Order: sequence, then structure tokens, then C-alpha cells
Amino acid sequence: MAVCIAVIAKENYPLYIRSIPAEHELKFHYTVHTSLDVVDEKVSAMGKALVDQRELYLGLLYPTEDYKVYGYVTNSKVKFVMVVDSSNTALRDNEIRSMFRKLHNSYTDVMCNPFYNPGDRIHSRAFDNMVTSMMVQVC
Amino acid sequence: MEPPEEPLRPVIYTMENKPIVTCAGDQTLFASVYPTLSQQLPREPMEWRRSYGRAPKMIHLESNFVQFKEELLPKEGNKALLTFPFLHIYWTECCDTEVYKATLKDDITKWQNVLKAHSSVDWLIVVVESDAKKKNKTNILPRTSIVDKIRNDFCNKQSDRCVVLCDPLKDSSRTQESWNAFLTKLRTLLLMSFTKNLGKFEDDMRTLREKRTEPGWSFCDYFMVQEELAFVFEMLQQFEDALVQYDELDALFSQYVVNFGAGDGANWLTFFCQSVKSWNGLILRKPIDMEKRELIQSQEATLLDLRSYLFSRQCTLLIFLQRPWEVSQRALELLHNCVQELKLLEVSVPPGALDCWVFLSCLEVLQRIEGCCDRAQIDSNISHTVGLWSYATEKLKSLGYLCGLVSENGPNSEDLNRTVDLLAGLGAERPETAKTAQSPYKKLKEALSSVEAFEKHYLDLSHATIEMYTSIGRIRSAKLVGKDLAEFYMRKKSPQKAEVYLQNALKNYVAEGWALPITHTRKQLAECQKHLGQIENYLQTSSLLASDSHLTEDERKHFCQEILNFANQQKESPGLKVILSMHSFAQLKHLHFDPSNALVHVGGTLSIEITLLSQMPVSVQVEQIAISVHFSIEKNSYRKTAEWLTKHKTSNGIISFPNENSSVPFSRSNSPALELYEMYERSPSDNSLNTTGIICKNVHMLLRRQESSSSLEIPSGVTLEDGAHILKCSNVTLDPGVNKIIFKTQAKEPGTYTLRQMCTSVGQVQFVLPHIYPIVQYDVYSQDPQLKVEPLTDSLLAGIPQKVKFTVTTGYYTIKNGDSLQLSNADAMLILFHAENRAIIYSNTREKSSEASLMIQSSEKVTSVSLPMAPAYHMIEFELEVLSLPSAPTTSGESDKLGNKDPHRKNKEKQKAGNCMVTLDQKVSIDCPWSIYSTIIALTFNIPFKATHSLLSAGKRKYIQVCVQNLSELGFQLSDSNLIDTGNSPELQLVPLNAKCQQHIYSKQSVFFVWELMWTKELPPSMHCHFSLDFYPASEDRSISLKPYSYEFQVENFFTLYNVKAEIFPPLGTEYCKTGSLCSLEVSITRLSDLLEVDKDEALTESDDYCTTKLMYEVVDNSSNWAVCGKSSGVISMPVTARATHKVHMEVMPLFAGYLPFPDVRLFKYLPHHSAHSTQLDADSWIENDNLSVDKNMDDQTDNSSLKSKSSSHSAASMEHKGLPMPRLQPFPSGQVFNSSTGMQILVIPSKDDHILEVSVT
Repeated sequence: MAVCIAVIAKENYPLYIRSIPAEHELKFHYTVHTSLDVVDEKVSAMGKALVDQRELYLGLLYPTEDYKVYGYVTNSKVKFVMVVDSSNTALRDNEIRSMFRKLHNSYTDVMCNPFYNPGDRIHSRAFDNMVTSMMVQVC
Repeated sequence: MEPPEEPLRPVIYTMENKPIVTCAGDQTLFASVYPTLSQQLPREPMEWRRSYGRAPKMIHLESNFVQFKEELLPKEGNKALLTFPFLHIYWTECCDTEVYKATLKDDITKWQNVLKAHSSVDWLIVVVESDAKKKNKTNILPRTSIVDKIRNDFCNKQSDRCVVLCDPLKDSSRTQESWNAFLTKLRTLLLMSFTKNLGKFEDDMRTLREKRTEPGWSFCDYFMVQEELAFVFEMLQQFEDALVQYDELDALFSQYVVNFGAGDGANWLTFFCQSVKSWNGLILRKPIDMEKRELIQSQEATLLDLRSYLFSRQCTLLIFLQRPWEVSQRALELLHNCVQELKLLEVSVPPGALDCWVFLSCLEVLQRIEGCCDRAQIDSNISHTVGLWSYATEKLKSLGYLCGLVSENGPNSEDLNRTVDLLAGLGAERPETAKTAQSPYKKLKEALSSVEAFEKHYLDLSHATIEMYTSIGRIRSAKLVGKDLAEFYMRKKSPQKAEVYLQNALKNYVAEGWALPITHTRKQLAECQKHLGQIENYLQTSSLLASDSHLTEDERKHFCQEILNFANQQKESPGLKVILSMHSFAQLKHLHFDPSNALVHVGGTLSIEITLLSQMPVSVQVEQIAISVHFSIEKNSYRKTAEWLTKHKTSNGIISFPNENSSVPFSRSNSPALELYEMYERSPSDNSLNTTGIICKNVHMLLRRQESSSSLEIPSGVTLEDGAHILKCSNVTLDPGVNKIIFKTQAKEPGTYTLRQMCTSVGQVQFVLPHIYPIVQYDVYSQDPQLKVEPLTDSLLAGIPQKVKFTVTTGYYTIKNGDSLQLSNADAMLILFHAENRAIIYSNTREKSSEASLMIQSSEKVTSVSLPMAPAYHMIEFELEVLSLPSAPTTSGESDKLGNKDPHRKNKEKQKAGNCMVTLDQKVSIDCPWSIYSTIIALTFNIPFKATHSLLSAGKRKYIQVCVQNLSELGFQLSDSNLIDTGNSPELQLVPLNAKCQQHIYSKQSVFFVWELMWTKELPPSMHCHFSLDFYPASEDRSISLKPYSYEFQVENFFTLYNVKAEIFPPLGTEYCKTGSLCSLEVSITRLSDLLEVDKDEALTESDDYCTTKLMYEVVDNSSNWAVCGKSSGVISMPVTARATHKVHMEVMPLFAGYLPFPDVRLFKYLPHHSAHSTQLDADSWIENDNLSVDKNMDDQTDNSSLKSKSSSHSAASMEHKGLPMPRLQPFPSGQVFNSSTGMQILVIPSKDDHILEVSVT
């Protein structure tokens, strides 16, 4: 399914980033970082829309030869970026959307943890497990 | 299949195709009408209602009119749509019934039969009428009959299949009307034909598509069919619909590929899996790439061919639709998709072939778009095209690497072979681009031809891409391309060009805190800097990398070793020192002061323990760690004192430094949290709230520019401060992780020392921490020696030994052997000492350091306390016992009125109100070894006792009573009370009436002592007494002899001169006094002695040895028990001889029943007014005089009522005697008059009818 899932803070530093396989980690970091350009572009383009009508899902940020990068931005401008293998044609927009929603829910749980400092890196096991489930699960 | 008149060529340009309409009948007639017809037909749009719920469309119809031939009619099974005749028109202008019958009918029938044979139902018969012909024929009737006849004969229930066109070539309203009707009819019929025929075609097509699971089904065949439909739509200018056809084909094909990947392979697909042999890119310049179309038709196309053709058609249609940006977007998708599909289908592709194909395609798409858009449009839509640019750059780069064009030495033979193969796959350049100088084909060929050309093209592309990314604000993408460029430059051995790209990218990553890209980029930068010989920068980067936890242990060790190598290599030839920032090398975690309050006296030792977290992967031998210290003289000298020290104890002396997390420099931990405080401002007058608000105390931290915080990468900011004061620690080994280093320093000058910088030297490399924050300071102070003497208890008591604490604060002075305190002895205060006197020496921080015995020597004048040796800034504490005299000696001879006032004491005794103890200040002058001046210490003692005396008389016998009051909190044992006459007159004797034994006196209680005064001869007029009393605290043993408490006083005029005796007798005949009845009071005044010294005053009148003195008596009953009737006072003349008695009678009336005390009888000396004294009257004597005058008055007027109010008589008297010299009254001293009836009582019984008691006063 997803090969890389990243949560990026409002200030664009990574709160959480995980990828498989591990040897491509650096490449994914670059990819996710670069995708922020498009996130910024899309966010500023929809900035004028009313807050409650805003679509959090940003859609395909940009495709590369091997991967597709999808984006999602919360109302507090925390970004979720998901990289999916291009060969995985089974993944449609709707699946990606629901994955993001799951991610968002899990992230909200992390934020609700009184011991979590907003802005710190995420070390939650529950979040980790959820991400793992999204990465290995084959659709 | 293709009709001979329609050769292949027109098909290519579908835009020029028009639906075919055949014309039969009168060809010359048609020729005359044709110009108007072809012009008028497309003028007005027609609504085309579609099947399958598709939205209706307005459509402008055009037609290609051709002469009717039977060959034009499609045979059964022919799927060609473009050549399909949609409508057949028969033209005639026949108006003659005969002619019609003879020829026309047959002709039409023949035409109809041909159509029927081909089951074509789309036909129309046009009858053209003209007035010219009408005029020839006068008979009007047949005109209609021709049309009617035709309708009858052919239009079987389809009367609309025959239309009349009137005078088509005239310009009249009728003509116009007729044209309009005809054109509408024509359009309607055409559209009907389209709907019907296209619908049928689509149905057929769908049927064909449903057969796709059957074996032998060919995608290529189907492709051709659906494309036919697309062509028709395109012909009808319905590009949207045409595009849909291609998109459907695209999706169908993609689905097949996906299914193939999933193992569900279709037979026909295997053909597309043939290995790629040609990679000449997309061709978008022609509307239809017939070459590729033929390949598809002949089922010889490869996957790339099919995709290329499909995309070229989509591109053409999109450009017709004015959607060039969709082209670029779809192109990128297509290219990615193709690469994926080839992978999925496991098509063998020679290395680099796809790169060539993609590169060519990207450029082709870009050039195609540029060809149809102007510059401004392109510039504002960079975001759509930049992806292609970037993709092309990427592909060119990989081609360059593949073909050895990036290496330093240029391509080797293997590379060259590969290049040749790749170029071969491109084939020859297509004719349509052959003339274009910048065609993708030429570019690629040139780029692959030589190292230099490749570099030029690659740089051009990269720069263009970076510029585009930058211009649309995709900074991160631009940096990534820049990094690729840097890599390229590094390969080309021009690190100076690479550096700037790497730095830029790194700055971006650091600013946004992306750890892995930081590490990776830094590694590249390190290599670059190494090549450039930027030693300082390289070492700084190396130190960052050595501390980077994202690198492997080996890599970190390598970079650490690089630093150490440099440091050691420079050791032999000391050259420049390299100064690096310390934060990557080691982090300052904690700092611990000992003493913990960071306050040390001059000469004291201060140790600072720092905790350094070494980030290096190996142990590093550090030659020196130095902390430069800034010294400033503190103005507030109080801070330097020991008092400050004790009051401001810091918690534990540990200062923690904030954790500078280098991996996430941008996170919140770096930007400080808001420090908000509430603020209230109250009005100074009534304390009401004026304003309130919130103050942010660290605005300066929060509002500073963010850029400045990310400048950590630039080590040039690190400078070494020159400081005179430096703390050093040499030869330290810093192990990875936590290290503790201790600095010791001897405090020199007093002041405040601030730690500023820390510098770690490894060989010639210095790691500098430019600022130590939070501010770390220690203070050095100097203090003067001090002596403090204070009582151990709240107050000191005189008379008993009291402990006094001596505290010597040595300050800067060191107490040497033989130093002693010289206490000057005061008479009134003794310094007691025992053999064992111990002094305790405390350090500055109140820690006990030692104990020593104290040597005390006392001479007559001086007590010398030799102090134990003590270092500077210590405290010596010891206790001494002092004993003050219990009472200060009263100055003898100073006479006071007996009992009236307390004796006035020496030494500033202060008498306070009530039972407060009398205090006594004792001053001791102490010579200290550190000063030439004496220190005067004042100790205040409280005298625990207060003594008062009184003289008691019993007739002529005299007693002296001394009352001792214990004011202290202690109980005492009293003994040896003694009263002596200091005059030592032999005829006086004081006989104690007290118990001999010891007496206990409790706190706040009194003990009385009584002596009887006996005398043999005449008494002296006055006597000085000295009372002494031994005492010791009840709680203690009587170990030391204490001085007795003494009290001196004087008694005067104590001899009894008069005895006053009052007697009350009940009325005659009654046994008891009764209330309300008059009783007689007899006062007898008896002189007890002959003339004495004391009698010689003004009242005495002497004549012939007979002396008399004037006395005044007064009966006063203050308790209002008695009513004195008649005169209550009087002046008597008293003979001054022993036993002379004067009796006075008066009437008194008891007012109450019971035992009533006698009324008071007072006796005064009556001094005559003529004395010199009387002129000097003070206020007191005035009053006495006043009273006297009253009394005198009363004396004269004896009938005056004694009950008369004094005030009224007083006013009368004062009126009378104003200004006259007054006689004076003088009370007797207490001992001179003895009232023998004092305290006597008499029983008064109530009268029987006391309830009607009436007191009448006359």
C-alpha cells in the first residue's frame, strides 16, 4: 500500500516520517520534502475558501515515475503526505482519502494525549501501529 | 473499401472532411443552387438531440455535396463512417406533368430503388420552381400537381421528404422564406441521419467491444472502429466527443495492461510485449500520425507506438479544445505510465532507451505547447510545464551518466557503444521536424555526441528548470534540482560551482529541520569543501557529521578522524588556528559551583564542575578546555558580604543549559515559550484598579528575525574573545557521552565574574562556544573582620552570671597564634571564666571546621582572650560569662525625701513604667588584633529586683519595712538580709524581725523584711540605711559567690510627735449607735515628746519656755459613712510638751448600719502667713491655702454647716480673701503622727423605722 507516510508540522519540519523499504528512506525524505512545494501551492490556492467548506484532501500532489504522492492538510495546517507505489494501480482516490482520514483520526488521538507536546515528534505506539497497518495492508 | 473518389489523403485531415450528401437528378440545377446552399447551410446552428441521455448540442452543419453514384453507397458490413453518405437528394425543376410522367418518374423510381437496395432511407426530393417558367405556362394548376404527384408516388406517408424551393436565385422575401424552410428541412434530415446512423454504428461498436473476452478479439481492430467514430465527431467538430472515444480506448488499454499484470493476460496483448526497438518519442506536429496508425491497423505496433499514437490524437483534440495545459499534465502522466507499463509487461528495453523516449517526448510536448501559445501564456502556466522540464532534465542526466558523459575522463568504448545503440534506436529524424533547428531529436543527438555538448544541454535544462521552479515558488523542488546539478559539478571536478547549490539546499533543509536530507547534503558538502580546500568549513562540517546520529558509526569515526588528523598534522608546524563552533563537538549540559552559592571570598577556592556531552564517536584527547571570564566590579557591595551569602542561598549551585537539539533546530524547543505575566495598575489614591493587562516578558526573543537562528552553519561567526581571566583545565580526555570536568580557581579581586565563552583546544583546532547562556556568574567578595558580642538569652540579668556569645568574623584577616582580644575590665561587670572554655571555628558557609580551647587570662585591668588560630573568612564563636553588679551603688549623701521618689541611680538607670526592670548599661572596650581602635561593646543588664521601703509606726515604736520585688522570670533564694545604719550612731539599733532561714522568692512576687528601730537616746532627725540581701538563682547551685543586692535609702523625721485618737460614743442612754442618731466623736491629740529639733519651724511660738505650735485637724469621711455635723476641722494651739493633750468634740451621724470604720482624722501643721515662705507660693500650696482659707472661714463662722458644699464656700472665700497673704498647711511626715484609732470600727445598729429615715440638715 503506502510506501511512505509522513506527518509534517505547520512549520514544515517532520513530526513523523516512516517508509518502507528502509534503504530508500533518504529518497523518500527528499520526495516528501519536495512535495511540500505543491502542498503550499494548493493550500494557498484554496486559502480563500471558507474554512468549513474546505476540502482537507489535497489529492495527487505530483506523480513521479515510480511513486505517486498524495497530500492532506488539517485545519491546523499539519500536513500528511503519503507516497504510494505507481505500480499499485488498485489504489483509487477513495482509498487514499479513507487512508488519510484514518491517519487524521489517529493523529487527533495523539494530540489528545495530555503528555504529548504539540510540535514534538510523534512517538506514539498506537500511531505507529496504525501507520504500519496502512503500509503493509495490501488492497 | 474506400471509394475511388475518396483517396486516403483527405482522411488524414479530418478537419477538412464534411459529411457526404449525394445529389441526383438535374445536375445543372444543383450546380446553380450549390453556392447559395453551401454558404447558407452552416449559417445557423441546429440543436442535435442525442441518444443515451447525452446532452443536446448546437451544431453547425456543413456538407460535402457529391454527385450520386451507386458505388458511394456502403455495402453491408462496411464500417467506414467518414465515407458514408448521410443524405441523398434528388433535384428537379420539372413543372410539366407530361415530362414528369414521361421521364422524371422513372428516374426517381430508379434512384429510389438503388437506395432501397442499400437500405438507405435518408433521402429528399427537391422541386425547384421559378417564376420564369411559371410565366411560360399559364395553367397554374399543374404546378402543384407535380409536387403532389411526386408526394403521392414516392413519399408514402412521408410528405416532408419532398420540398419546394421557390425561385432560389432571386432576392425576394418569398425566396428567402422558401430557402429557410428548405435549409431547416435539410438540417433536420441530416441530423436525423446522423443520429440514426451513428447510433447504429455505436451499437455495432459496443457489440464488438462486448466480444473482447472472446479469443481472437483484437484490440487493434476495435481501435480502428472506435477511432472511426472519433473521426466523425471530429468531422462534426465535436472534439469533446472525439476525445471521449480516445480516452475510452486509453482506459480500455490501461485496464488490459493492469489485468495482464494481475495475471489475466489477453492474447492480443502479448504482441505489445515485444521488446522496444525504436524510441523516437512522441510526434505531435501532425494531426494524425499515419505511420503509426498503419502499424496499429496492421497489428504491428509496439506499446510505445500505440501510446504515442493515442496521445498524439488526444493532444490534437485538446489543442483544438484550447486546453494545452491539460496536454502537459496528461503527457507527464503518460510518460510515467508508459514506463510503468513496460515494467509491468516485462518488456525488454535496452538501457537508456526509455530515457531517450521520455526526453524526446517531453521536449516534443513542450515545443508543441509553445507552438500554440504565446509567451505570456506560457509564463503564467509554468506550473503546468515545469514537471516536464524537470523530467526531461532528470532523464538527460541519467543518459549522461549512462553514456559516460559526466565522468571526468569522458566516455570509454563501452559507453560509446551504448551511445551508438541508443542513437540507432532513434532512427532518422522525421521530415516534419527536419527543418527545425531546436528539434528534440537534434538536441538529444547533439547532447549525446560529446561531453561538452552534453554539459551545455544539461546545464541549460537544469538552469531553466531551477529558474522556473523558483519563479513559481517551488523552492524545495528547485533546491533538489540544484543538488543534482551540484552532484554533476562534483563529478566534473568543479566543486566551487557545486558548493553554492549544496549550501543553499542545506540551508533550506536545516531551516525546516529535515534530518536525513541534512545529513546527506552535509556529507556532499563536506566532500566539496574538502576538494575546495576550505579547511575551516570542512572541519566544521566534519564535526557536524561526526556528531550526526544518522550516520553509521564508521562514517562518524571517519569524520572525527579527519578533524583529529588535521589537528595533529598541524601540531608539528604551528600555523593558523582553526576556530570551530562547539555545539557540534560537545554540548554544555550542566554547570555546578562549589560552593553552591557561587560566592567566594578573596583567596578562597571556587570549583566549577561542568558536564560536557561529547558528541564525537570516539574519545578525544583535549589539550585544554578554557572558559574565558569577564570581570566586573560590582557596585552593590552588599552582594559581596557574608550576610548576602546566607540570605541568598541558591538551590544547589547547579545551572542547567537548555538542550540545543541540532536535529530539529526549527521546532518549538528552539523558539522560547511565551512568558506572560499579569499586570495590574492601581490608582495611588484609592487603590482602585486602573488598568490591567498581560505583559510578555520575552518579546525580544520571540520577535527576532527567524533567519538569524538558522545561521548556525556559518562558522565565521565564532570569534575568540580576549579575556584576562581564563579558567583552564588541561589534558582532558573527552569520552563519547557525558564528561565531567572540574575547574578550580583561586579568587583574587572582589567583583563579579561572568563566564562568557568556552574553548576546547584539540591541537590547532579550537572548538568555541561563543556564548554561555543562561548567564553564569560567580562573585568574589572581601570582608572586614568583625567582632560581635550578643547575649545568649533575650536579656541579661544583673547579679547572676550571664552567658554572652562572642562571634569573630575573620574576614580577610587570618588569626595568628597569639592574637587575642583584650577586654578592659569594668568595675561593675566581671568576666568570669572557667578552665574549660571552648571556641568553635566555622567556615564561611557555617560548616563547623574545628574546635579549640580558649585561653583566658585576666589581670587587674584587662582580660585577655587568646583566640585560636583561624584562617581568613572563618568565624570563631565562643561564650563567656559575665556578671554585672546586681545594683548600682547609690550615691551616699544625696538626700531625697523619704519614700517619695526612687533613688536616682548612676549609670543611666532608666525607670520604666510599671514593673519593668531597671536596666543598666555596661560598656566594655575590646581591643581586637586586626585594628588599632578599640571596639566598645555595650551590654544592657536588667536588675532583677526592685526594693521599696517604708516606715511603720506603732505609737512611739518604729519599724522599717523593705519590700523586695522580683521582676525577673527566675526564682531566687534569698538569704542574709541585712539592714544597717550607715551613720553608725551607737544609740540606734535595728532589730531584725525576719526569719533567719533562706527564703524563696518566686518570679513576679515580693518579699518583705521588717526591722524594729530601737534607740536609747534622742533620735537623729534622719538616718541612712543600707539594705543588703544575698541571693542566688533558685535553679542553680550556689557555686560562685555573688554580690549581694543592696539598696540604700534614708529615713527622716521618723519620731512620733503626736498621737491622735478618735472615739465615738453612742448617744447617752443607748448601748449602740444607731443610724440617723447623732453620736459624739471625741478626738484627742496628744503630744508625745518635748520640744525637738524638728519642731522648730514657723508654726512654733515660743514664750517663756512654753512653746505652742499651731495644728489643724480635720475629720474627713471619704467613704460617706458618717455625716459630720458642725465643724469638721479646726485650728488648735498645741503646747509643745510631752503628754499635752487636746481634745475636740463633734457630732457625727452614722448613715449606715453595721461595723463602720471611724472617720479619718488628719493633722496638719498650720504655718502663719507672715512667713517669708508664703510669698513664694507654688500651685500646690495655693490649693492648700485655698482649703485653709475655707477652713479658717469655717472656723470663724462656727454655725456654718460642715455639709455645705466646699465649692460654693470656696468661691465666697476666694472672693473675700483674694490677694491676702495666706497661712499655709503642711502635712506631717508619716512617722510624726500616729493615729492610734486607725482601723477601728464601731457597730451601728439600724434604727427601727429606718425606712422613713429622713436626714434634715440645717
